Amino acid sequence: MSMNSSVIQQIPTSQIEFERAIKKQRVKNFSKGILFLSPSIVLFSVFLFYPLARTIYLSFYLTDATGVTTVFVGWQNYVTMFTSPIFLQSMKSTFLFVLYTVPITIIISLFLAVIANEKLKGIGFFRTIYSSTMGISVAAASVFWLYLFHPSIGPLNLLVKAFGANEIGWLTNPSWALLSISITTIWMNIGFTFLILLGGLQSIDSSLYESADIDGAGYFYQLRRITIPMLSPTLFFVVTVAIINAFQTFGQIDILTQGGPVNSTNLVVYSIYREAFVNYKFGSASAQAVLLFIVILLMTFLQFKFGERKVHYQ
Amino acid sequence: MSQIEMIDLSKSYNKQKNVLDKVDLFIEEGEFFVLVGPSGSGKSTLLRMIAGLEEITSGTLKMNDQIVNHLPPKDRNLSMVFQNYALYPHLSVEQNILFGLNAKKVDKQEQKRRLLETAEMMGISELLKRKPKELSGGQRQRVALARSVVSEAPLCLMDEPLSNLDAKLRSQMRLEIRRLQKKLGMTMIYVTHDQVEAMTMGDRIMVLNDGKIQQIGKPITLYNEPANLFVASFIGSPKMNMGKAVFHADLNQLVIEETIHLDIDAVTYEIPSDSNVTIGIRPEHLYPGTLNNTSHEIEVINVEQLGNDTLIVFGVGKEIWTAKWPGQWDVQVGEKIPIHIAIENLSFFNSDTGLLIKPATTSKQHEVVTA
Repeated sequence: MSMNSSVIQQIPTSQIEFERAIKKQRVKNFSKGILFLSPSIVLFSVFLFYPLARTIYLSFYLTDATGVTTVFVGWQNYVTMFTSPIFLQSMKSTFLFVLYTVPITIIISLFLAVIANEKLKGIGFFRTIYSSTMGISVAAASVFWLYLFHPSIGPLNLLVKAFGANEIGWLTNPSWALLSISITTIWMNIGFTFLILLGGLQSIDSSLYESADIDGAGYFYQLRRITIPMLSPTLFFVVTVAIINAFQTFGQIDILTQGGPVNSTNLVVYSIYREAFVNYKFGSASAQAVLLFIVILLMTFLQFKFGERKVHYQ
Repeated sequence: MSQIEMIDLSKSYNKQKNVLDKVDLFIEEGEFFVLVGPSGSGKSTLLRMIAGLEEITSGTLKMNDQIVNHLPPKDRNLSMVFQNYALYPHLSVEQNILFGLNAKKVDKQEQKRRLLETAEMMGISELLKRKPKELSGGQRQRVALARSVVSEAPLCLMDEPLSNLDAKLRSQMRLEIRRLQKKLGMTMIYVTHDQVEAMTMGDRIMVLNDGKIQQIGKPITLYNEPANLFVASFIGSPKMNMGKAVFHADLNQLVIEETIHLDIDAVTYEIPSDSNVTIGIRPEHLYPGTLNNTSHEIEVINVEQLGNDTLIVFGVGKEIWTAKWPGQWDVQVGEKIPIHIAIENLSFFNSDTGLLIKPATTSKQHEVVTA
């Protein structure tokens, strides 16, 4: 019948012709892929790759107040940076800050997530409350804490006085300021960390707990042998993100202390900001930024190398 | 020692309609008891209530004559195998098996002894150091069984344990579970939606539908004398052929689906005089017609060659019936073929209540094996 023959299309008879057709398809596929990627390539290039390259470039120069390069100084910016006591102090504060905030944030969030994971009446209310700090901007939260920390009318000092102790200069005493900033940051980060950990807890198969119940395992035994190991991928993610975030803290410092008193809260990102936009030394600011980039990269790499071994993916 | 008694056991969520309605049941010690029913019939809920994972809304649950309604799962002295096996993905097979013993702080020497013994019995001795994700479906199933065996609990609950396995492995595991249960002498309550599993494994079967008990009995009793239309169509594969039937006393004829006319002697053969009757006949009782006994001719809609059997599908009024003929038959679709329907193979049901009026009489004649 004619129907049969017309359905079968002309097939390229020679070997070369059909190879050419395959090649053409590959090129077509590749260009399609590039087309789909192009929005992110453009965005990343403009807002990430170019600034990164530009920062590295600037770190080898001295600039004028408008940021135009004037003299090539090679590694001089880096040498000055590592010999500057203010910058070294800033690095030390940053590491201390990470050390204060990350573990405490995660421990508190984990505790909240575990108790909010129980099936109780009205648990939705508590879940909303615990995750609510995620919806508060850094600026609003900082202003709120500025009031709490106020030396004379702040509730925190009123409380301290009620216990008969001396007023604390939360943001004005060099030995307290970093702690105060840490408390603020922990409070602000709990919402996000809590939400991620709760999500992780909820994805654990409930039959594991039922099986453990039948086996006679107690609550803390289950927590130690099931919950924590099964949560490890989530915990790993949360720790990584929390460390990166802590290194990049800026907003609450700008509002609460401006790096003071006596540079005790002058964390790296704030130091970069001051160097560039207060002192107009774009070269040395860039050098600090490059160092921060390397430190975060290194920390994340070390975490993947050593932390991930203890992670159980499903 | 583990016998279980349920008295008027009911379950409802949020005071809605009962998911389980007044279940009365007695399970003997050492019995292999199968709960079977379609999905949503409440069989898993009942199992979870026995395990203590689900609260009992009303009624009494007794184990060894002790009321256990209030006891947490760990105090009921039972083990359970879950549908998805519930293996801990971060623990090795050995740690998985010993999880419960560790939690109960059983002596280390004793743990070791039981582990080796169980692993040997289940044939997983080489797998002890592996993680669950490195095991095949059948091996995971064995580990789950081992975990339940190692607890040495006298009662074992299984919730559709074979539903994730392929057909071949399933029939093998059916046999293994059955042998294991007999060997250890434990009481087993086994939930499945697969009537083949129920028929082949159970000492007794309970058929559940919509939270209500349909029938409890030996597999062969359920097959031969189904208590109602639901059990009749649920047990057996291919399922029992059903049709509406009317008895015309004046003609001495039974008319099925206004298509098949059967001459019967109403005096010797007591036909229920209810106007609303549904008859059922098993596929293997629709015999090929011979010269002498052909009662009807039917037109073939479809033929399934199984190798050992031939399934012949045909229409009777609005119903689709299947005949199962032993051996291989060369039948073509569209062909008209003779069949033999015998009145003694018919089961009669009340169409309104669905209840059995009169079972097929031939089913009483069991074949007897003689030495």
